[in-house]
Amino acid sequence: MDPRRKMPAKAPPPNERRDWLSLMARSAPDRLARVLPDLPDHDLLRAPETGNVMVQGRVSATGAPFNIAEMTVTRCSVVLSCGTVGHGHVQGRSRSHARRAAVIDALMQTGAAATLTPQLRAMEAEAQAATTERAAKAAATRVEFFTLQRGEDT
Amino acid sequence: MYVAVKGGERAIANAHAWLAEERRGDPAEPLLSVAQIREQMALAVNRVMAEGSLYDPDLAALAIRQARGDLIEAVFLIRAYRTTLPRLGSSVPVDTGAMAVDRRVSATFKDLPGGQVLGPTFDYTHRLLDFAEAAAMDPAPLGTPGPARVPHVTAILDRDGLIEPVAPDDTPAPDLTREPLELPASRALRLQALARGDEGFLLSLAYSTQRGYGRTHAFVGELRIGRVPVEMEIPELGFAIQIGEIELSECETVNQFKGSRTEPAQFTRGYGLVLGQSERKAIAVSLVDRALRWQELGEDDSGAPAQDAEFVLSHCDNIQATGFLEHIKLPHYVDFQAELELVRRLRQEANEAAS
Repeated sequence: MDPRRKMPAKAPPPNERRDWLSLMARSAPDRLARVLPDLPDHDLLRAPETGNVMVQGRVSATGAPFNIAEMTVTRCSVVLSCGTVGHGHVQGRSRSHARRAAVIDALMQTGAAATLTPQLRAMEAEAQAATTERAAKAAATRVEFFTLQRGEDT
Repeated sequence: MYVAVKGGERAIANAHAWLAEERRGDPAEPLLSVAQIREQMALAVNRVMAEGSLYDPDLAALAIRQARGDLIEAVFLIRAYRTTLPRLGSSVPVDTGAMAVDRRVSATFKDLPGGQVLGPTFDYTHRLLDFAEAAAMDPAPLGTPGPARVPHVTAILDRDGLIEPVAPDDTPAPDLTREPLELPASRALRLQALARGDEGFLLSLAYSTQRGYGRTHAFVGELRIGRVPVEMEIPELGFAIQIGEIELSECETVNQFKGSRTEPAQFTRGYGLVLGQSERKAIAVSLVDRALRWQELGEDDSGAPAQDAEFVLSHCDNIQATGFLEHIKLPHYVDFQAELELVRRLRQEANEAAS
């Protein structure tokens, strides 16, 4: 085994790691690049690879699973010089984006998390604001029914 | 019999050069960018993604430009491209109840939790061409968002036992892209085939059921369009993460059912789920899905095309259809020579017999 691949001193809680990985997966490449413009030294454990993922739904929303269609996903795994391993999965076909996500995933398990976390939080807040704005536009198109007064009632 | 014939290389190369020129059109006009097509021709992009069976708006936009706007040709490009990609895995089934809805309407209940949300719809527009410059527009008004999770309308009927229940089922999904279509096809396999089927074909079939060819008395219980997160288990992590977000259109119909000896009268369901904002197709799929369920629900086979699973599933794919249809324009010189010989011989024999 590669001696550099030792476990980090303290593993982050899986739910936090899931959150930052999910956030990066949905992010735009140029937005994530603003979080970490220059990548620190790292080696590729798995070179960036674009593939497809079969997306499943369920019959009548809650029944048996069925295949809807595929989507493009790019993944990459890296190891930092300190031995921390990172995995990146991003929607779409950008290899540099997947590589950056993997490096950030590794860095978030190290002391660098202190500086990266506020930046990822800011990115998450932007994504949340965009979702909220869309929901607000939808809400403005909600129908308010009113009953017309009928002639015989007057 | 197939006989290799050579020749035509120069003609083909020149034809492709001319195609490139025609595709570009008048060079005095600016070239369309992929982003312009993705943003301003979004419903064409959605259709190419749905029928190409691959969610990637930039790729679909590129394909539309390369295909000069011929959407079936664009779908062909996407289908060809996807074969070059390795399969990284399968998602966890998406939860459409967690959809961030842009649009959600029901034709069965006026007042329902979450309300009737029209979204960016063509409905109620006057269908008058607008010659005015659309550049300067007011921003869309903002309202107060409701609860994030919008319940499915059919759950209301389900609660009272008025609609057929949907049993929890974790049978692994069959995959058309891995195994050729086999009949009889499960509902899961049918829904995959319909999700990637040709919108025009499905529209006409669904319309035929409304006109009486396999009538199912459908109401749109609910139509919802919006974005859902897609999750996948990552083996090296040991847990599931979101790998992206896709836009889906979902339609569930509520259909009449008289009941049988074993079951009380209740409503039944038709279901359609397709990529992108494609509500016409989602409605069509749910009508065709319901028509195909006649056997399972103990209904009569009226001989209608929409009830014939083999007919529907074998002909709904426009890439298969166009491949077979268009191949007859390619050289069939030897086949035709054989037929020509045969006709000449038959005529000669007839002449000799007459004389």
